[in-house]
Amino acid sequence: MLRVRSIKVNYGAIRALKGVSFHVKEGEIVTLIGANGAGKSTILNTVSGLLRPVSGEILLKDSPIHKLSPAQIVKLGVSQTPEGRQVFSTLSVRDNLILGAYPRRKQSDKSEIRKDVEEVEKLFPILKERNKQAAGTLSGGEQQMLAIARSLMARPKILLLDEPTMGVAPIMVAEILRTVKKLRDGGMTVVLIEQNAHAALSVADRGYVLETGRVVLDGTVEELLENKEVKRAYLGKGYQEVWE
Amino acid sequence: MGGSYAIIALGYTIIYNGTNIINFAQGEFVMLGGLFMVTLTGKFGLSIFPAFLIAVAATALVGLLVERLAIHPLRNADVMSVIIVTIGMSILLRGIAMLVWGKDAYAAQHFSGDKPIEILGATILPQSFWVIGIMILVVVALQVFYRFTITGKAMLACAVNKTAARLMGVNVENMLMLSFVLSGALGAVAGIIIAPITLAKYDAGVMLGLKGFCACILGGLGSGTGAVVGGLLLGVIESLGAGLISSGYKDAIAFLILLIALFLRPQGLLPLKEMMMRQESH
Repeated sequence: MLRVRSIKVNYGAIRALKGVSFHVKEGEIVTLIGANGAGKSTILNTVSGLLRPVSGEILLKDSPIHKLSPAQIVKLGVSQTPEGRQVFSTLSVRDNLILGAYPRRKQSDKSEIRKDVEEVEKLFPILKERNKQAAGTLSGGEQQMLAIARSLMARPKILLLDEPTMGVAPIMVAEILRTVKKLRDGGMTVVLIEQNAHAALSVADRGYVLETGRVVLDGTVEELLENKEVKRAYLGKGYQEVWE
Repeated sequence: MGGSYAIIALGYTIIYNGTNIINFAQGEFVMLGGLFMVTLTGKFGLSIFPAFLIAVAATALVGLLVERLAIHPLRNADVMSVIIVTIGMSILLRGIAMLVWGKDAYAAQHFSGDKPIEILGATILPQSFWVIGIMILVVVALQVFYRFTITGKAMLACAVNKTAARLMGVNVENMLMLSFVLSGALGAVAGIIIAPITLAKYDAGVMLGLKGFCACILGGLGSGTGAVVGGLLLGVIESLGAGLISSGYKDAIAFLILLIALFLRPQGLLPLKEMMMRQESH
């Protein structure tokens, strides 16, 4: 469904991605894990069109999207929930959701959008409870739910999640991950970026490990969980435990 | 007067919210609105209503040109340089206006006669009612735009978080253009409705623009309600001062208020931004 072919991306004067390739099949959760600065967010921002690759290509269902604008890419069904949530803090929760439907404002009438609002509020009941509150007053976890819900309002085919568990209380982490799984079971394709490899590998189908702008490892979740290097560097197992 | 200050202040607010820029060419939009109106009703003999619409549209177009020619090329520059460019723009627009209309002051036609009306012992120009009425209309229209239309919400969203707005498929560039068009139109409206009272002249925008800016600061930069309250307040204080002390000090009083506001409530300068930052740090 989504195929990224050896993209190189500069971030200012720095080459942030030195030729990254990966693919995502329909209906699977693929996770990209790696430490800070490995280039995970850069990948998503390039897929979303916020950054332009210097070389390489990004194909959505075999048609290139790496030269399109962010607005066109959302319209094609690729929706990103950015790192750090980035909700519109002074607007109400409801308005945040309505803005999520902005890319399809011309195709859908109001009743359709209202229906979708109800739909995502079913997924995250807390958002209904707080629909009139300013988004900035929600807790971290609630803002994350709002950010995901807002992305869903665009009716994406692929959801790009950038560190959805960062700065979120543990109970909320579990709920967010459950929701991601639920979405996949409903047919959604998900790209999940995480520093928290535990969380990521607990829900994903396949994964890629990134280090300083390169993919150093890829495989199914089972393979990655068995990998010694992954265990040591990302799952925080003790050195001895791994090598004995 | 307060009513038109409020509308000018709203023009600042729209652009400030969209871009964090204080557009010092705002006063020139006001001046252009007034002068367009004078020409359209005078030379072309149009009646008030069509002339009003054309003058507003023409000034909105100027707003668009300012954005395209001066602001857009500097989209990667820091806010301070862009603000300085808007000052340059205001001088340029004033210069062009002087070449086109000369240095004379023009009296614009009153909307419904200039016979003062007497109410409770006070004499009021009918034009003042137009000013207040149109201000209320403008405020209501803006509220409807921001609250009930998705374009209005998207514009607010751009102000809060540009990256997230882009990810929602909002074309931030178009929103910037729109904010300049709107702000040009608002400036023109203010210019047109007060031109009969204050006369339209190529450099009328300087004082009016600064007064509008005063109103913004007084009410809190970035807040729509603040702009209206600040505008009305400024108008009232100014006339009170003119009546009690001397009308010669009218402008001095406005700037005294600006200074006092800046001294006593410097935090009131950016209350909206502070609020947003406080929320984000949670």
